[in-house]
Formats: sequence, structure tokens, C-alpha cells
Amino acid sequence: MATIEQTTEVGGPPATAGGHGHDPHATATGVTNTKLAMWLFLSSDCLFFGAFIAAYLLYRGRADQAGPSPKEIFDIPFTSATSFILLMSSLTMVLALAAIPRGDHRRFKIWVLSTALLGATFIAGQIFEFTEFSREGLHVDTSLFGSSFFILTGFHGAHVTIGIVWLLSLWGLSMQKRLPTAQAERVEVAGLYWHFVDVVWIVIFTVIYLVPQPGR
Amino acid sequence: MTTVADAVKSVTTHRPLVLRRPKGTTGVWSWFTTVDHKKIGIMYGTAALVFFVVAGIEALLIRVQLFQANGTVLTAAQYNELFTMHGTTMVFLVGMPMAVGIANYFVPLMIGARDVAFPRLNAFGFWVIVAGATFLYSSFLPFVNGVPNGGWFGYTPLTSTPITSGFLPGRGPDFWTVGLIMLGIGSTTSAINFVVTILNLRAPGMTLMRMPVFVWMMLVVAFLTLFAMPIITVALIMVYTDRNFGATFFQPNFGGDPLLYQHLFWLFGHPEVYILILPGMGIVSETLPVFSRKPLFGFAVVVFSGIAIGFLGWGVWAHHMFATGLGPVAISAFGLSTMLIAIPTGVKIFNWLGTVWKGSVHLTTSMLFSLGFIAMFTIGGLSGVLHSIVPADTQQTDTYFVVAHFHYVLFGGLMLAVFGGLYYWLPKVFGRMLNERLGKWNFWTMLIGFNLTFFPMHMLGLWGMPRRTYRYDSGLGWEGVNQLVTVGAFIIAFSTLLFLVNVIVSLGLKRGAVAGNDPWDGRTLEWSTTSPPPEYNFAEVPEVESRDDWWHRKYTEDDEGRLVPLPSGGAYAAASASHDGHGIHMPSPSIYPLVAAAGLLPLGYAAVFMSWIPLFIGVLVLGFGVYAWGIEPATDEAS
Repeated sequence: MATIEQTTEVGGPPATAGGHGHDPHATATGVTNTKLAMWLFLSSDCLFFGAFIAAYLLYRGRADQAGPSPKEIFDIPFTSATSFILLMSSLTMVLALAAIPRGDHRRFKIWVLSTALLGATFIAGQIFEFTEFSREGLHVDTSLFGSSFFILTGFHGAHVTIGIVWLLSLWGLSMQKRLPTAQAERVEVAGLYWHFVDVVWIVIFTVIYLVPQPGR
Repeated sequence: MTTVADAVKSVTTHRPLVLRRPKGTTGVWSWFTTVDHKKIGIMYGTAALVFFVVAGIEALLIRVQLFQANGTVLTAAQYNELFTMHGTTMVFLVGMPMAVGIANYFVPLMIGARDVAFPRLNAFGFWVIVAGATFLYSSFLPFVNGVPNGGWFGYTPLTSTPITSGFLPGRGPDFWTVGLIMLGIGSTTSAINFVVTILNLRAPGMTLMRMPVFVWMMLVVAFLTLFAMPIITVALIMVYTDRNFGATFFQPNFGGDPLLYQHLFWLFGHPEVYILILPGMGIVSETLPVFSRKPLFGFAVVVFSGIAIGFLGWGVWAHHMFATGLGPVAISAFGLSTMLIAIPTGVKIFNWLGTVWKGSVHLTTSMLFSLGFIAMFTIGGLSGVLHSIVPADTQQTDTYFVVAHFHYVLFGGLMLAVFGGLYYWLPKVFGRMLNERLGKWNFWTMLIGFNLTFFPMHMLGLWGMPRRTYRYDSGLGWEGVNQLVTVGAFIIAFSTLLFLVNVIVSLGLKRGAVAGNDPWDGRTLEWSTTSPPPEYNFAEVPEVESRDDWWHRKYTEDDEGRLVPLPSGGAYAAASASHDGHGIHMPSPSIYPLVAAAGLLPLGYAAVFMSWIPLFIGVLVLGFGVYAWGIEPATDEAS
């Protein structure tokens, strides 16, 4: 049985903001608490997007909808370009994540800032797209297509925006030298979230933009 | 406590973050800043009891209205508000927080951990529930005009038509949708916390198959919560945007399909039923072996049945929708899956009976409630299986038969198990025993009142009395039975009062006998530490060698299989008592979970009143709370 002197920890590694120097793998599963928690949140978020995508698919191509149809309104080359930019941000995220365990904080800052900027470019593209659609007569209250499109992609955009704020916060912490190599997991967890948001966009882009619609 | 003072007496290595780090662990203020899973558990339980009384008062008002034909106590509008808030409160503010509260207190103790994986997230989850509850109930304020009134299920298009259409006057559905989204945030964070705690923080040797069944059931519940909550969140967002932004998700004149809402709601709603009942099953799986002085019969089968219920729970949702015309294939499939889910449930009931069978049964109050649970839940289960027979269900839909059924499983099931659990565990929490004499009065009045209230509802339902109607004509032959039901409801209220008196006198005024560490001769690790446990739970993290480890440290069997006490029994407790906790670092208190949760409140009002100022305040407060929380270290370092 462990002695009193040895049992100085609450059990398992400290939470996100811990900063202890203990063995981060001292959990029963071998996955750290923070990472496991992020995986669980993402699994929950899958159902969130899943339900919106299911609603979109249910209403896709229903006849007699007012306003412009997807075929009339989508600008596939433009959205492909912004999608590509978002996917590239996953690459820079990986590079940022690779830099911090090496202790290369200069490159970490460069890559994490690039990731946030690429994400911001995607959001700018989305704002442009929304404005353009709105000018062409598609609003939330126009049709089933309008509602299910704007609410689904809007919530995805909100996820990306939260990710950008998160990455910028990490960048700011690193600028103040408050993100030491020992806390690389904070970056890893943000990275998990960021990649997830990218993967969700691949699904949304494929299902909504690329798969041809029946009828119109 | 001096030990904690030692642990937190330190020089902060980080700059103070506007607000000074709270240090105290005693006094009123410490409850607002605590991250101790036990204090948070007590707060969850207290909140759940308060709302149990509130929902009970709502139910009594409903029953007073229905006491006579053509009742005049309530208007139709008030009646709608009361049954909506009664259901919403019982599900989201009583059932879930009560289970989460008991689990908050006991899951770490049962797996030999010192706290949950994320103590501050734990506090945040609780304060979000408080914020959500405050938000929902603030709709009763006179100038707000927005008590939810569309039922706890909030069917569209009734709830989703814009506020100007006049389907449901006032802002009821807005308060309801936004309030439930807030409560969903709280449930999701606590579910994440439970899964990580249970999977990661088990003491050495506490393998999954040595884990107490209550912990197992909370693991299943946490996964169900994790996957069910986002689905209702989506449904609620759709209703909210339909009402406030003119979205068309459920607007038939745009081609929208109101039935989509029912699918989404029940895809959440049926797993939610298991979120409510599985903790109850877990509780009796702990109490029955202790009071029968036998191990749980078929441990692995009980665990796997629980998991099976968790899986099958996702495939039965449309049995709530048999009357909507889904077509013969769909209703046959869902009828069959509903019959199927009765199998693991029935298996569990036989396991509990097998546990009690030939045991040396101690009929304590806790045991009585647990046995009551088995009987009442079985009745509820049987009327539930009737609903899988589609033609019968079609006849029973929206009648009092359904009301009778789900009160048998949720009140006769969950609430009886909860009372059993409280009589069993509160001595550990407060170090005093509840009065057994009063407890037995509590049990028998509860059982009689419960059956008097809900059994006649089966008959009313079969006679055709519809749910959710605020009055019925005389001459339908329903009056006598309704009067009986109302009397039963008041007996339940009286019984609840007995319970509260028992808690206040025995625990609050400390009139109860001193509990000692292990008053019931328990089997699981929580009984190995002091009552109440120290802040760090265990001075030495226990090393687990078998299922029911604590029992096997106390007893062995002789050659003929008789129990023989071991002289070394109670080794853990002796160690805990002699240890002053020095050198054990517990997470420090924090105010930021409360700040962050408080930020959700103005955001909620911003959503309902479409106003920029509360939105601005909410974002500011929430953002400040989250940032300060992120930067603040979990433990204020001394070393």
C-alpha cells in the first residue's frame, strides 16, 4: 500500500491549467484527463452537427420552396477556395503542435497565428457568401433551404470563430512566455478541436455543396 | 480545517487575476467558491430537494383543480403553465440534479479517488444548473409574461409558431427553449467530468469489473447525457429560430415538417428516460446487497444489462409517436425494439430478487424504499410493455394511462430509489443517522400515497380521460376516482414533509445518533473513510484487491462458508483518522466557475428579449470568467 508521503496528488494529472510537473500518463486509461474530456466533448458535438445535417438532408430538394435554389445560388469555385484555406489551417495547426514539444516557441507562434489567420480568412469568406446570398434573396425566413443552410453553416462558423479566439489566446499566452513546453497539451487539445471543426466542414461542404440535388 | 489551511497557505506564483483567489473552506462564502466534489454534491442534492417541493406544489395545484368536475381553481392558461413546469422541473431540476448530486458525492469515494477529474468544471456545471433554474423560474415574475406553457415536450407547431401568431400567448416557449439549452450545457459538462473521473481516476486495482454498480450506471448515464443533450439542443435551437428569426423548420406553410421535432425530441427524450432511471437502478444495486448481507447476484449481468439498456434506449424513441402515422414498418420495428428493451430490465429485476433471496434481510428504511422500488418499478415496467403493442398504445396515447405509467417508473422507480439512497448515504454525508421510526412512517405513507395517486390513473386512462386538459365534465364517472387521486397526492406531500422534518431534526439539529464510519456494515469504499469524509477523502489511496473490497477487508469465510470477521478490519479508517492530511494537495477554491455560469444568465435574457445590452454584459462576464479560469492554476501552488 502506498505510504502517506507518496500520495500527495489528487489522483490523475492536473486539469488544463495545472502546470504540475507530474507524470501526465498516471491515469487508469493512459489518456490524460484533458484530452479524454476533449474527445468526449467532440463526440457530443458530432451529434449536434449530425442532427442539423440530418434536418438539412430531410428538407433537401423539397418542392415548391420560395426564393433561390441551391443550384442557382452556390458559387462552388469560391467556396472550394475558402474550404481549401480552412483545410490548410489544419496543416499549420499540426506544424504549431510539432513546434512546441521541441521548445521552438518562435515557430509555434508563427504557425498558431497562421492557423488563426487562415481560419479568419475562411470566416471572412463565409461572411461574404452570406451577404451575397442575402442580396440574391435567400434569408433565414425565405425557405426550408434558407433556414437549414444558414443555421447549420452559421453554427459551424461560430465553432470556427471560437477556435480562432482560442488559438489567438494561446498565441497571446506564448507571447507573454506563459505557455512553456510543459504545457504543450493545452495546444494539443486546441488542435483536436480545430481539426474536428475542419472535418465537420468537409462533411458539410460535401453534403450541402457538392452532392447534386434531386429535382431543381 | 487546519489541513487545508496548510495546503493553501502559500505565496501565489501568478499575478492575482482581478479577483483575489478565495482561500476559505468554511463559512457561507466558501460554498460559492468550493470545488470540493462533496460540497458540490450536497448543493446539487439540496437544489433538487427544493425543486422537488416546488414541482410538488405545482402537482398539488393541478390535483386541486381536478378534484371536482369543471374545477374552477385554475384557468386553462394557468393549468398549462403548471403541468409544463411540473414536468420540466421534475425531469431537469429534480431527477437529473438529484442523481448527479448523489453521484458527485459518492462516485469519487466509491472508486477511491480524492476528487473528480475537473473540480472547477464540476462547480461550473452546478452553477449553470442554478442559472438555468433561475432563468426558467424568473418567467413567473409578473411583468415577464412568459411561463412556459407548451408541455415538457414542447411539440411543434404549437411552440414554434412566431410570437405574433398567438398560438401560445407570451414568451413561454422562448423561456423554455433557452432555459433548457442552458441546463443542457450544465448536464453535458458534468457528464464529461463523470466519464473522465470514472475511467481515469480509479484507485489502483479498481478494475472496471470491480467497480460498484452505481458507478457503472453513472458511467452509462454520462454517455447517454453526452449523446442525447446535443440532439435536444438542436431541436430547441430550431424552435427558437422559428419563433424569433422567422426560420421555417417546423412551419407547414413553408413545407416544414412539425414531426421532425418529435423525432429529435424523442431521440433525446427516450435516452433521457434512462438517464433518469439508471441511477435509481444503481442505487438499489448498492443498498440491496448491504441490507441482505449478500453480494449482488450476478454482478456482471447487472452491469451488462445496464449497458444493454443504454444501447437499446437509442432505438425505441418512436414508440412515443405511434399515433402520428409513421407507417406499418416503422411502428412494427419500434414496437419490437420496445419489447426487446424489457429483457435487460427484467433481467435486472430478477438479479435484485436473487440478491435478497435467502439473504439475512435487514428491513431498514433504506431497504424498504429499495424493495418498494422493485415492486413499483415492475408495475411501471409492465404497463410500459403494454405500450409496445401498437393498437393498445394508440388507444392509450394522451390519456391518463400514460401518466400512470411514467409516474410508476419515474416516481415509483427513481424517486423511491433516491429516498432509499438518501437514507443509506446521508449518514455518511452528515455523520448522523436519520431517524428510523420517522423513516418507516415516511416509507409507508409514501407507498400508500403513491399508489393511491397513480394506480387509479390507469383506470381513468382506460376510461378515456385525456391528459393535459384542465377540466372534465361531470357525469363521465371520473369524479370519485379523481378525488381519490387528489387525496393520494396530499398523502405524498405529507410523506415528503416527514422526510424533510427527519432531515432537519436528525441531521440539521444533530439529534440523530452518531453514524460512525460504517453504520450499515457496508461493502464499498465510501464506508472505509470517516463520516463525513475529510476533504481529501482518503489519507491513503486504497489499493483494491476485489469487488466489494471493503467487505473483504472485514470478513472472510470459514470452511463451511460462514462469515468470520477479520481482526484487521477497518484499517483504512484508522489510517484516515490518524492522518492530518498534511502534504495532500487539494484543488484550491475558485470563484470563476460561478462567474462564468452567471454570464449565461444575461445571455439567456438577451436571447428571449432580443436585446443587445444583456448580450453585451453576458459575453463580457462569461468571457472574463472563462479567461480567468483558464489562466488560474487548478491548485494554488505552495511548492
